[in-house]
Amino acid sequence: MPSTRDIRRRITSVKKTAQITNAMSMVAQAKMARAQQAAIGGRPYAELMNRMLGEVVMHAGDFEHPLMETRGGDRRALILVTTDKGMCGAVNTNLLRLVSDEFIKDDTRVISAGRKGAQHATRAGWDLAAEFSYADRPTFAEARVITKMAVDLFESGEVDHVDIVFSNFINTILQKPEVQTLLPITEIKGVSAGVEGEEMSTELPGGTTEFLFEPSAGGVLGELLPHYLNFQVHQILLEAKASEFSSKMVAMKNATDNANNLIKELTLTFNKMRQAAITNELLEITSAQMALGN
Amino acid sequence: MADTLKLEIVTPESVIYSEDVEMVTLPGSEGETGIYPNHVPLMTKVQSGELVIKRGGAEEILAVGEGFAEITGDHVAILTDNAIDSANVDEAAAEEAKAKAEQRLEEGGDMTEDEAKALNHAILFSAAQLKAKRSRR
Repeated sequence: MPSTRDIRRRITSVKKTAQITNAMSMVAQAKMARAQQAAIGGRPYAELMNRMLGEVVMHAGDFEHPLMETRGGDRRALILVTTDKGMCGAVNTNLLRLVSDEFIKDDTRVISAGRKGAQHATRAGWDLAAEFSYADRPTFAEARVITKMAVDLFESGEVDHVDIVFSNFINTILQKPEVQTLLPITEIKGVSAGVEGEEMSTELPGGTTEFLFEPSAGGVLGELLPHYLNFQVHQILLEAKASEFSSKMVAMKNATDNANNLIKELTLTFNKMRQAAITNELLEITSAQMALGN
Repeated sequence: MADTLKLEIVTPESVIYSEDVEMVTLPGSEGETGIYPNHVPLMTKVQSGELVIKRGGAEEILAVGEGFAEITGDHVAILTDNAIDSANVDEAAAEEAKAKAEQRLEEGGDMTEDEAKALNHAILFSAAQLKAKRSRR
């Protein structure tokens, strides 16, 4: 039976934990908002890129590019976008369950973005080709190195497909792991920016003005494609970050609630014990008096 | 007809610049291209380098990275990974980046064509940043 002092000590300790998780939840909320904002900030870029793609695709005619080459082979690279830190609910678990062993074959090269994915890959014995990290505010440069790695693997013929798997941010309480094919580019669609439901239209506009192209429509398109990939990867990183932080926010909110419930229960036990001690003492005093008096 | 151009510089992170200007000189794929209002519609590649803008009689210089430009009679939209307003140039950082890239290029060694190209771009971009910064004084 713990003493009242033990219980009091536990209460203070749980209170401190609650304070920490509460702070973490608030920080995650702010960071999530920032990631969403950053994703929306890419919208003008996406619009302009779609406009340009629309024009060049129309004028490029029959266009061939190394990044669009469909090969028969089945060797694959997978970009695994996970978080760096834990304490963010089930995002990583869900994601890794999706890609698990049946998805990853012996010859699948794994490119990990985020430490958790790399740790899991090593433990599971996957063929880890490279590990990248990305900051809480993923920069375009970070997306570029990841894309470059994937493009190198693809162009050198080491792999025939490149897929990317990440947590898609659906809303604050729902994130869904999703696999997208990155390479080869089979069809040039528009890009979209911004997390959460309100997706941008990915139809390519174009055809209102007759443009001249320098060096040529095909040339511009060829140069545009790598940027198109970079932008996609950058948006995916932002999306993954938004998912991470929203999940973390919910997880930490739950932890705070649990801690608060525990505090309530402990306080109740503490009060009961204190009252029992007082009643006991009173009983002793009265019985002693009764023995002395009369 | 309009006598100004709407210049927009867009990066994946945000819109860096959006103003009505009189003239833009940009580092195009076939050399420097000066663009006045009512230019013929043109889409071109942009090299790393400096963008000279004439606005309200004054000249401004911006550093841009690799990208693309969409030019019509009344607007110029530049899509780039990187653009820095001369006011925000970190001189020391640009200087260092340039020195690093140059050194790496000189050492040579086993370098793919892509890597050499990327280094050249880095040099051009940092040089443009420095120039933009210094022209402000």
